[in-house]
Amino acid sequence: MIGGGATAAGMGHLAVMDDSDPQFALTSYSQALWSELAPQLPPDAEYLPCGSLWLAADDEEMAEVYRKFAFYQERNIAVEVLDAKQLAEAEPNLRRGLAGALRMPSDSVIYAPCAARWLLEGIPVFLGHQVSEFTDEGVEFANGHRFAAGSVILATGTAITRALPWVPVQPRKGHLLITDRYPGFLHHQLIELGYLKSAHSVANDSVAFNAQPRATGQILIGSSRQFGTEDSTVEQDILSRMLARAIEYMPGLPTLSAIRAWTGFRAATPDKLPLIGLCPGHSNVYLATGHEGLGISTSLATGRLIADHILGRLSAIPREPYLPGRSFDGHD
Amino acid sequence: MATINLLVNGRVIAAESGSSVAAAMLSSGITTFRTSVSGEPRAPLCGMGICFECRVTIEGQDHARSCQITVQDGMVITT
Repeated sequence: MIGGGATAAGMGHLAVMDDSDPQFALTSYSQALWSELAPQLPPDAEYLPCGSLWLAADDEEMAEVYRKFAFYQERNIAVEVLDAKQLAEAEPNLRRGLAGALRMPSDSVIYAPCAARWLLEGIPVFLGHQVSEFTDEGVEFANGHRFAAGSVILATGTAITRALPWVPVQPRKGHLLITDRYPGFLHHQLIELGYLKSAHSVANDSVAFNAQPRATGQILIGSSRQFGTEDSTVEQDILSRMLARAIEYMPGLPTLSAIRAWTGFRAATPDKLPLIGLCPGHSNVYLATGHEGLGISTSLATGRLIADHILGRLSAIPREPYLPGRSFDGHD
Repeated sequence: MATINLLVNGRVIAAESGSSVAAAMLSSGITTFRTSVSGEPRAPLCGMGICFECRVTIEGQDHARSCQITVQDGMVITT
């Protein structure tokens, strides 16, 4: 199934991020590619240019808003600071007393599995075949059929370690919940600035408030992060903690009906950057995995960087920070 | 039974106190409670809170199951 893994399980945000310069380069390049593509996307891709608000709960987090504002402004990314009153006007269902927010107007959300299917339209796709072996000449299916290929690209998310156990990708479980349709309840994607503490925390389980308006009027609520499990069961205690955190930010949430909760697995790397480029020891095998929570955001740039390499073209951004053969020393 | 009034889509309808919102609406001849995503008219099916077909907006609360809520005088309902 196309996009049946983390692509379908994730939130589908198209966000620019600033954890590191290479992360900014990849997310901003990819977002520009998505913006170019947006007018052609089919309706079922549910592209919604809603923008993001990074929420500051207190003065300490507001200082982070101003730091991010300066970072993005220096790099010509449209960005705006909202004070407490402007934030309350922009999102009346948020609790009062928040310090403010950083608005990223160019962020958007998308229904990724349909976008993935659309991107592959017109390209022969062989589904349901397990690959038992891959070489620089092509792949061999489990049924013994050989498939010659000029290039092999392994874009398997967390499953990469089944083929290549040395690849430093770990599954990081997440929970999501979606509500019935409540158009107008929420206007922007909302992320608490504490999210970064959660996303970077090495603690096993963490939750942070993240909510998205969907084109359907539904509200998608996250987020949780867990290492050390490959069990996809929805865990009631994690889901409850995640929702309790969401309700702290949006006290009206308990009046909405939830329709479904599910889990997925992010492909996490030690240095928070994906693995994009030649697989060490090969001349025609490429990796495209390890995007953690930014796989949809950075998908188009990932494809472009690999295409550039195959075609011998220069890339719009440096490719070195994402090469799979880089050193991970100094990272846990 | 005492008779009370509900405001449904801006129109006053009479209802018997103690009845469910769904029963009161059906008694007054309302047969479309909501419109599905694909544009089909919908109305109560199970009458016991399971099928979610009878959802209306009650006092500003979207997706309220009208078969599970008892009428109150002056209640504002939108289909």
